[in-house]
Amino acid sequence: MAEPRSPLGKAFVAGDHGNHAAGIGVTLRERKNLSIIQITAWADSIPAVLTAIGSATGLVLQNKPGLGRVAGEKSVFGFAPGRYFVVSATPDLETRLRSAISAELGTMVDLTHGRTVIRIGGPRSEWVISKLFAIDFSEHAFPVAYGRATLHHDIHTNIQRIDDETFDLYVFRTFARSFWLTLGHAAEEVGYRVE
Amino acid sequence: MIIRCPYCGPRDVIEFTYQGDATRRRPDPASSDQDAWNSYIYDRTNPGGSHREFWLHGGGCRQHLVITRDMTTHAISSVAFARSIVAGESS
Repeated sequence: MAEPRSPLGKAFVAGDHGNHAAGIGVTLRERKNLSIIQITAWADSIPAVLTAIGSATGLVLQNKPGLGRVAGEKSVFGFAPGRYFVVSATPDLETRLRSAISAELGTMVDLTHGRTVIRIGGPRSEWVISKLFAIDFSEHAFPVAYGRATLHHDIHTNIQRIDDETFDLYVFRTFARSFWLTLGHAAEEVGYRVE
Repeated sequence: MIIRCPYCGPRDVIEFTYQGDATRRRPDPASSDQDAWNSYIYDRTNPGGSHREFWLHGGGCRQHLVITRDMTTHAISSVAFARSIVAGESS
């Protein structure tokens, strides 16, 4: 089996960057070796699909806009009515979901090859990504584990809040290097660490 | 302009695309009434006040919405999923 390669290439430079003399404002890293599955439930099958996701992943969700769950490397979140990202480091995630979600309940698309997941954490993470996305990142508007679909310069991005100062950014793989560089520029003023 | 999407919450208008007048009624497809079809395709009332419109939240949940907007002030008085209105759940 071919070894997956990061699309970040030479743009990924580990170490401290920008104005880090006074401390590190954010830490950036790429989450690798994940399975990323998008599930769409038919309009009348949303509760059944949520039950199936719960049985396949152990992450049980209610039908509520943007609601998500995070448990270690596993996560799930809604980003549109009846639409969910299910993410896991488990290679057989697609197989398990496919056995739980029949065509009568909804559809599945494996986006593993098409998305790059960048995790940004640290005390200035809200500040940095607020430069790029026109949504409210404060915790009362964007609670832990919730997901969002939004735009960065007209390019679609999915975001999940992992904890009070950590976010996972799902960007198109073909756009990931450019986005990574933009994110680095946005983080320069607060100092950032790539690991 | 901020549009309060029923799923995503308040979002900037850059995430949305205007999709036209939501007050039009398509004539019977079997009809050959040219005036009715001409009116459906070309005639717009362009009111100065409240107006129902289709919008697409392409930069978010990708749902079609029906929005009631004041054409003079841009104040938005209602936003709903288009499919729920078609299904008769709200108006």
